[in-house]
Amino acid sequence: MDITVPKFPLAELINRLLDFLTSHFALFTKAVSNVLSTGIHDMVAVLMYFPPWVLILVFAALAWKVAGWRVGVFTVLGLALLWNVQLWYPTMQTLTLVTIATAIAMLIGLPLGILAALSQTAYRIIMPILDFMQTMPAFVYLIPAIPFFGLGPVSAIFATVIFAMPPAIRLTALGIRQVPADLIEASDAFGSTKTQKLVKVQLPLAVPTIMAGVNQTIMLALSMVVIAAMIGAEGLGGKVWEAIQRLEPGKGFQAGIAVVILAMILDRMTQRIGRRGSTGQ
Amino acid sequence: MEKIKVEHLTKIFGPHPERARRLLDDGADKDRIFSETGQAVGLADVSFEVQAGEILVVMGLSGSGKSTLIRCVNRLIDPTYGSVWIDGQDICSLKRNELLQLRREKFGMVFQHFALFPHRNVISNVEYGLEVQGEPAASRREKAGEALKLVGLEGWESAMPGQLSGGMQQRVGLARALAVDPDILLMDEAFSALDPLIRRDMQHELVSLQERVKKTILFITHDLDEALKIGDRIILLKDARVVQVGTPEEILTSPASRYVERFVEDVDKTRVLTAGAVMARARVVAYPNDGPRTALHKMDDESFSSLFVVKRDYTLLGLVRVEAASEAASRGDRTVEGIIEQDIPTVTPDTPLTTLIGILAQWTAALPVVDEQHKLLGVVVKAGVLEALAGGGES
Repeated sequence: MDITVPKFPLAELINRLLDFLTSHFALFTKAVSNVLSTGIHDMVAVLMYFPPWVLILVFAALAWKVAGWRVGVFTVLGLALLWNVQLWYPTMQTLTLVTIATAIAMLIGLPLGILAALSQTAYRIIMPILDFMQTMPAFVYLIPAIPFFGLGPVSAIFATVIFAMPPAIRLTALGIRQVPADLIEASDAFGSTKTQKLVKVQLPLAVPTIMAGVNQTIMLALSMVVIAAMIGAEGLGGKVWEAIQRLEPGKGFQAGIAVVILAMILDRMTQRIGRRGSTGQ
Repeated sequence: MEKIKVEHLTKIFGPHPERARRLLDDGADKDRIFSETGQAVGLADVSFEVQAGEILVVMGLSGSGKSTLIRCVNRLIDPTYGSVWIDGQDICSLKRNELLQLRREKFGMVFQHFALFPHRNVISNVEYGLEVQGEPAASRREKAGEALKLVGLEGWESAMPGQLSGGMQQRVGLARALAVDPDILLMDEAFSALDPLIRRDMQHELVSLQERVKKTILFITHDLDEALKIGDRIILLKDARVVQVGTPEEILTSPASRYVERFVEDVDKTRVLTAGAVMARARVVAYPNDGPRTALHKMDDESFSSLFVVKRDYTLLGLVRVEAASEAASRGDRTVEGIIEQDIPTVTPDTPLTTLIGILAQWTAALPVVDEQHKLLGVVVKAGVLEALAGGGES
């Protein structure tokens, strides 16, 4: 005997919610889409304006200054290799997407992290949402991105921001919460307002942890912009995606290695910035 | 007038203070209250006053409530019941920004583990309080520089706290508190984290600094030696309640309970006890017009080997010894006036025991204790000093 249990229309409900959002916030999403695609386009144009060797030297100098000569040398060799195998343009596209996605993730994540650190209620609301965001398979974010922003790099950035933001929020909140209680007490004892306490004591002491959050956000953004090639993000992910479709393992790995090189450079540099913050000066 | 007045201050940690309060009123102790109601009693019915310019030491072991107490005075912790008055103002009724204003104007606080801001250098740590008050950069730098000078740290302005030793860090902490020129200094175990030699230096310095700055100081410590050394008065806390309030000497010589006594046992009494605490009343004295035989008789009665000679108003004239008196008697002198030794050592009631011991080692008779008018207040004998050192105190 069959017992028919009525099916809970979860998928339909979500569809209807998304439909509602797409149709009622179209003006907003269009605006965002325009601004972002202009931004992406301009940044790639600027990066491609210079001959690659100039940028390689600039990046290497920056890496040297921030993270020491080893990272500087690695930057020169790595980027020269990418130029040589004709991946310079997709690399600059990916760098642009990662930079913009990270900037947006920090812009949203930092205030939310501060809120979660200072208000217990906000903390209880935000943390489960972050758990949800992080355990949801990353591909799923690609689907609603399309109706919102259409195929292309803007959708990729939308999905990437959602995927990469949680560590920025978490680590900002953690950094502020782990400021030693006696320093908070000292700040209070001298009559600091909440804002003074935040700006003069809590945030400066949270910088190393916040920078660890930036580092993780960049790494997640990098992995997501590659996945986002499926919805039309160009760049190194696009090359991987092409290689999958044409069954060209060599080209696939070549683009993959390019992602690794970019990741290592960005990782070493942001890690070092974080550590510099922790020594005080 | 009193600078700080604390009345029936009670702090109960937990969501149901009223349950704990009922038991407290019945005289239950904090362990029983915790096991019966789950409420932790931080302070129970604490009342005291601090006069302007006084150093009041709150002394107790960990868990006695002393840290809670000092934080109730500037409302870093809100009292559950009772009231705290600063300059006649009930601070529990203050609104948030009035409270901030009060903290800025009246208080400087020094912490056990220094609580210096590790991302700011020495001078900007010291400036913190002024910066929060919105003081212009130039004048706050100047004031901070003066405060650093006061604690002997000129030249260290741009060092980071992490580069300094513990003692120096706490000087910065002290300078930070002094920079805002507060009426009241709250010092929470300020010297407890320092090693003993540095701690002694800092105690000395605090006392001499206090001579110059004349703040009202509430000082928390678990170290009785420290309390005795710097306190004008001491409050002893145990299990959230006040066990005794008094001057260092009162605490030492008449401990209010077995608990206080046990504390006092370990103290190096030579440094804190004074002649006033160990002297005996001079019950028997000679007068200048007494005959030598009368003097001999008085000595004989008390089996003394000497007597102090005083005028009728007890102004000390000197001392007669038994040998001189018997010679004078056999010579047939009419009074003892001719045999008074006038060149004898005297001490005042606040002469410390260490000095007394030094004098007594070279003096063969009792030692007179006199006031400024040179009137005889009492005598110190070796036996009395020994007895005080042995722990009795009441000689």
